[in-house]
Amino acid sequence: MTNGFLYQAFMYLAAAVVCVPVAKKLGMGSVLGYLLAGMLIGPFAFGFIGKEGQDIMHFAEFGVVMMLFLIGLELEPAHFWNLRGRILGMGSLQLAATALLVGSGLLMIGFTWQAALAAGLALAMSSTAIVLQTLREKGLSTAESGRSAIAVLLFQDIAVIPILALLPFLTLKTGTSVASGHDGMLSHLPGWLQTSSVLCALLAVIAAGRYVIAPFLRIIAGAELREVCVAASLLIIFGIACLMKLVGLSPALGAFLAGVVLANSEFRHELQSDIEPFKGLLLGLFFIAVGASINFKLITDDPLPVFALVAALVVAKALVLAAAGRLFRLSFDQNCIFTVALSQVGEFAFVLFAFMGTLDILSGQWFDTMMAVTALSMTATPVLMLINERLILPRFGTREQAEQPADIIDVQNKVIIAGFSTFGSTVGRFLRANGIEATILDNNSDRVDLLRKMGFRVFYGDATRLDILHSAGAAEASILIVAIDTAATNCSLVATVRKHFPNLTVLVRARNNLETFELMELGASRVYRECLDASVRLGVDVLAQLGFRRYTAQRAGQNFMKYDEDALHKLAPHRHDEKKYIITTREQIRLQEQMLANDIQSSHGLIDHAWENKEGGCGCPE
Amino acid sequence: MKKTLILFAHPRFENSRANRALLQAVQNLKFVTVHDLYELYPDFNIDVGNEKKLLTEHQLIIWQFPLYMYGPPAILKQWIDLVLEYGWAHGAGGCSLENKYLAVAVTTGGSRKAYGANSFNRFALSEFLRPLEQAAFLCRMIYLPPFAVQGISRLTAAELTRYADLYRLAIERLATDDSNTSDILHYEFLDVWATAQHNQEAL
Repeated sequence: MTNGFLYQAFMYLAAAVVCVPVAKKLGMGSVLGYLLAGMLIGPFAFGFIGKEGQDIMHFAEFGVVMMLFLIGLELEPAHFWNLRGRILGMGSLQLAATALLVGSGLLMIGFTWQAALAAGLALAMSSTAIVLQTLREKGLSTAESGRSAIAVLLFQDIAVIPILALLPFLTLKTGTSVASGHDGMLSHLPGWLQTSSVLCALLAVIAAGRYVIAPFLRIIAGAELREVCVAASLLIIFGIACLMKLVGLSPALGAFLAGVVLANSEFRHELQSDIEPFKGLLLGLFFIAVGASINFKLITDDPLPVFALVAALVVAKALVLAAAGRLFRLSFDQNCIFTVALSQVGEFAFVLFAFMGTLDILSGQWFDTMMAVTALSMTATPVLMLINERLILPRFGTREQAEQPADIIDVQNKVIIAGFSTFGSTVGRFLRANGIEATILDNNSDRVDLLRKMGFRVFYGDATRLDILHSAGAAEASILIVAIDTAATNCSLVATVRKHFPNLTVLVRARNNLETFELMELGASRVYRECLDASVRLGVDVLAQLGFRRYTAQRAGQNFMKYDEDALHKLAPHRHDEKKYIITTREQIRLQEQMLANDIQSSHGLIDHAWENKEGGCGCPE
Repeated sequence: MKKTLILFAHPRFENSRANRALLQAVQNLKFVTVHDLYELYPDFNIDVGNEKKLLTEHQLIIWQFPLYMYGPPAILKQWIDLVLEYGWAHGAGGCSLENKYLAVAVTTGGSRKAYGANSFNRFALSEFLRPLEQAAFLCRMIYLPPFAVQGISRLTAAELTRYADLYRLAIERLATDDSNTSDILHYEFLDVWATAQHNQEAL
């Protein structure tokens, strides 16, 4: 029973469900939550799970492949280009200097140069998950510190790939396949053939991303079946992983490449939200397994060296980061935040250490120590951030001012348009003509394709899904324009947004009065009946054709629209009280008639009597 | 022959008697362009480029409007604000309107006697038109005295026709003959000058 699959799954999920929310509440982030969960159920604490944690870790490593795919997807070339100076400059500086500093330290305490280099590189990594989450929570993602941190993390993410490729060369074990440590099918082939097939595989991934996967996704999307789309997304990753294994390359590298190729396709958001939950679960599993494998006995038996190592490591990383920040002219405050935020060792270190373990670069004892050190450095970050925020910045830094969002080039779009049919696209074109770029969501892949050809930034996805709204930046945007063709979808979108993004201003297109009532009840900020303006404008033109003065007709039209909207608002509260509704409807029709009559009269002197004073004693009007 | 542009502003032209009579008298003249601002720009969104082009093509500009609360109707002010740009109409490099003639043709409910220092409206009509006069001066235009049809609600049909005829006569004379400009500037009102011209002709 205790070794059954159901029992294990139950233990892992239960631990995650209990620990992650608690960790988040304590401000530690989900990565630490998973680690904590692993520690608790692991053999060194309650012992709910035993040594099978190692096997699960191998399985869960696939989460890392998915993470690299997602990182590739995030790497929009334009975005990369904007940050290129910082990514290449700060990123390479941080990685090289930290690896050098930490590596030489390790050499001094008796590491071989291979182990010192490998461990130095691994320990130079910072935690993307922890840093991004912390920055977002503190609203610093677009601040100088946040942008620099993101640039450094991006460089580290990319650097993981060559590091993974480099590690096998450092192994002390002989006879391991050079390409990745995993024996590929091609390992018995001669060297030049291996090399060329590796190159071919890489080219195949790039070509497939552009010419096979995108059209394939378009066809799948045409079927309009959610689960098939998800299956297709997973299929892409598994397929690439298989191909890479075949030629003996790391699956992570292939997934990353495919992600970069697909980053510019209209399926970016869709793929992101399809893969995200799987990635999240597998990575969660991975971290739990890591937590379970941390050797507490090591720490409790001889705590001093471990803690000393953590302290030395955090200080070394912080020194390099502070110097890099100084070099790239961060202000004191921003540099402090940047330095502290990136001072931990990241989750990639777990991956790299695990890999080093299998390659025998690290001894078993040092492996245990490094895992513990990495986990402990992560737990230190929230505390250090707090110290920085409460004690250091108020004393030594200038007080932060609220960031000016308009000054930041790379900021998330303030406007999201859901539904890019004729209505939405007209709004989008109008905004664009006035220099406002909107994030556009649409679920018709043909239209997305066409509009993209015409140069619009349109993303493909079902806007009513919370995860897509999140990836489109609904949390950071200020206005959501809802203009989807089906009324029911509009309604559910408004309801979702009201619940999860209460600060978003929601402007909705409606077809008729009934829809308008429903949308107003659901909490739409403003509802626009698409027929109203156009029909009144047509009416105004008819009046002009019949000989009315244009200006008079125009004012009559504007008055009419105003009356009509007022009447609708008066009517809305009575919709559910049917008896009353009928009465008020009649009343409103009567009212509208009266208004109309007034309008007609007014154009002959009621409203503008000031201009009509024929016998004017004051002598001004005609 | 000076091409003449009448910039006409009347928010409630359908009820107008005096302005209709004036316009009817001149709108068929070959060298006259009537530009009806409220009809063309009911949303006040004035096409500045088009307006400048028209101004360039004409030498005599007339602002015709009923006086509302001692000033021109809103759209004419909007037109002035938007079209008479710095750098085009005035200021550095702004000499596009230099030496063009500008006249105001205005109708008022109050009679001529109601305008003056000791009268009901406390100021002369020309005082109320000072901002327009100064705008013309700033644009280096030649500002002519106003053609004023006043006390319009008490005017008989015959009197209105007489004003309309005078309006046509004034525009025809101004458009054809430059020699009498200095003479005109001695008059307080263009309609008075036109009356004198008419009487001379009758003799």
